Amino acid sequence: MKELILIKSGEIALKGLNKNSFEERMKKNILSAVKDLGPFSIKSAQSTMYLMPEGACDMDEAAERVGKVFGISAYTRAAECEKDFESIKATAAEYLHDQLMDVKTFKVNAKRADKKFPMTSPELCVELGGFLLEQFPHLSVDVHEPELNVVVEVRDFGAYLHGKSLRGAGGIPVGSSGKAMLLISGGIDSPVAGYMMAKRGVSLSAVHFMSPPYTSERAFLKVQSLARQMTDYTGPIKLYSVQFTEIQEAIRDRCEEEYFTLIMRRFMMRIAQRLARRSENLALITGESLGQVASQTMPALVCTDAVCRMPVLRPLIGMDKEEIVRISRAIGTFETSTLPYEDCCTVFTPKHPRTRPSPAAVEKEEAKLPVDELIEKALSTVESRLITH
Amino acid sequence: MHYLDNGATTPLCPQVKEAILTGMEQFGNPSSLHGVGLSAELQFREDAQVIREALGGDPKGKLLFTSGGTEANNLCLQGAARALRRRGDKLLVSAVEHASVLDTAKALEKEGFTVEYLPPESLTPEGVAQRADSRTILVSIMYMNNETGNLYPVTDIAKAVKRKAPQALFHSDMVQSFLKAPVKLKNSGIDFASVSGHKLHAPKGIGALYMAPGTRLHPLFYGGGQQGKTRPGTESTLLAHGFAAAVKAAQASQEQSAQHAAALNRLLHEQLQGVEPVVFNTQGEASPYTVNLSVPGIRSETMLHFLEARGVYVSSGSACAGGALSHVLAAYGLPAERIDSALRVSFSRMNTEEDVLALTQGIKDGIASLARKGRKA
Repeated sequence: MKELILIKSGEIALKGLNKNSFEERMKKNILSAVKDLGPFSIKSAQSTMYLMPEGACDMDEAAERVGKVFGISAYTRAAECEKDFESIKATAAEYLHDQLMDVKTFKVNAKRADKKFPMTSPELCVELGGFLLEQFPHLSVDVHEPELNVVVEVRDFGAYLHGKSLRGAGGIPVGSSGKAMLLISGGIDSPVAGYMMAKRGVSLSAVHFMSPPYTSERAFLKVQSLARQMTDYTGPIKLYSVQFTEIQEAIRDRCEEEYFTLIMRRFMMRIAQRLARRSENLALITGESLGQVASQTMPALVCTDAVCRMPVLRPLIGMDKEEIVRISRAIGTFETSTLPYEDCCTVFTPKHPRTRPSPAAVEKEEAKLPVDELIEKALSTVESRLITH
Repeated sequence: MHYLDNGATTPLCPQVKEAILTGMEQFGNPSSLHGVGLSAELQFREDAQVIREALGGDPKGKLLFTSGGTEANNLCLQGAARALRRRGDKLLVSAVEHASVLDTAKALEKEGFTVEYLPPESLTPEGVAQRADSRTILVSIMYMNNETGNLYPVTDIAKAVKRKAPQALFHSDMVQSFLKAPVKLKNSGIDFASVSGHKLHAPKGIGALYMAPGTRLHPLFYGGGQQGKTRPGTESTLLAHGFAAAVKAAQASQEQSAQHAAALNRLLHEQLQGVEPVVFNTQGEASPYTVNLSVPGIRSETMLHFLEARGVYVSSGSACAGGALSHVLAAYGLPAERIDSALRVSFSRMNTEEDVLALTQGIKDGIASLARKGRKA
């Protein structure tokens, strides 16, 4: 018996003339998600994709990974069998054994695309349903609200049996909405922000600011593991790291303490933009949520955005911490995010940061610094690495 | 020396000695913030990953190092019972478990939990599921029996239990079976598994407990919050490193070792075929690594010392029971005379055909000399 995964695309089915390119992108993403599990092939027919392993492989793992590819509305594991009724019966009883044991009611749904198959769809439903009732005496049929819907599809290229269908990750395929650069600190919010933009088809690169010796190697390793956890959903991420200590020390030494964080954020935005342009990113992504901290009030955002020449995507802007934490747990980054290492945002934090800063005041403070020189110097320290699954 | 008591413990293998010697340079405390601590932490995590992967565990699951199999079993049973007390108060435990499970279960009975002990013939998916109900919080069934080598279908049992009682968690003592019988814990329905280093050519004093994602245990003791606060105490990095090296070595030769054990097992059976009064106690689905046999009329310990004089080492029942009558063989319904004369032979990949031949010749000679003396007495 050969097992495969049937995949239904979601939103992209509604696209017009671009539909093909979305689909091709999704196929590519699916294949790349499972590629290290063994060789797979994929084909589509009537709005369903068939993902088939070419040899023995870990199908539990493959299904789990497919569940994290954006653009998929639903997917199900299925067994392929010969196009004759005996083989369909035998496969149903064996392959769906565990699922049928878990439920009390079921129904059979037949789709016969191959009109040369000798039984009609209603006949298939009745006969297969009857057979399963005999084999599993604890079951009864419920055509309206069955606990399990047993589906048999007879296609030109084979017959397929499957049961429980699983909800896909939704969204649109990563890579179909361009590329953007995520500012990642190591906290709870930024991985969630990256995840949400990837869900809307954005492929990601990321930048992390390090402040040795105030921050440790562990803090950077933590960011790398966060990025690695995100790749389940986002695909590979190019992670840039910037030495930020000198800038922070310069701000501490020369500027009013209450503006420290704001000026620091403006430096980060400027550096991120420069890196983004170098590598064809069209926008920046941050995990800011309105009012969460002093640097995320509306006046503070006005001050940071004043130095941005590209769009800053802030998918968490209207979300509560609780909602953000819920997503963080669901995508598996929460536990790593809450490891207790210092990051560049927690060193030198002012006691009383400005919550309603004026751009003019910030600019006046910032003018005490050799801004361009500091940025060029920081850019010369940039290192990058490709983070993959 | 013909050491055929690998179910009790094993000699260190060269890869383990090597790993421990070089690992001695790595002395840092994984909790230290500085670089010395960091490199110890990274090594420790890598070692945990080696063991979790060898168990086919979920990457999101946890692997806690413990002081051995006994602690892993205690941590799981006591920890789960206390963490799940609000869900129910019933535990199902097989009657043929190791003492570290059985005695923990008995202690939990004194705390007010209800424990049902399942005889070996009921260790089937239906047999166990039938006894699980809405009050059942934990089921503990070993994968491979330490005295007889019998294998129980724990994955199928776990799935059947969850179907009947979805709230119940499932633990399996895999101390004897680890890397000797196939296992893939991810999505298996098994939530916890205990393993031990010294059964696999690693040092004594190190074991591990695998925890599936989303599971929680109360700790046995409190401290600095290491290993997710579930098993606090400064991590035993050096022993963990030795354990990981043992696992890698066993993985590399897993298939080959299993075939080798099967060949030795066959040879043992062939050599003792028709030798009166030898009877084989291991029946049914079993691992090739362990054989339990009896020589009725000659007490286990007498034969054991007779063999020892010829450089052949086996055990009477399990070494941990220290000579007490085997509860396992009793649970299998064996007559007292067979239990009283039972010997356990357990192989490792380091054994040779000569070891088996020395044993079988020893048993034959033992029967000739000891049985005669027995009659005289």
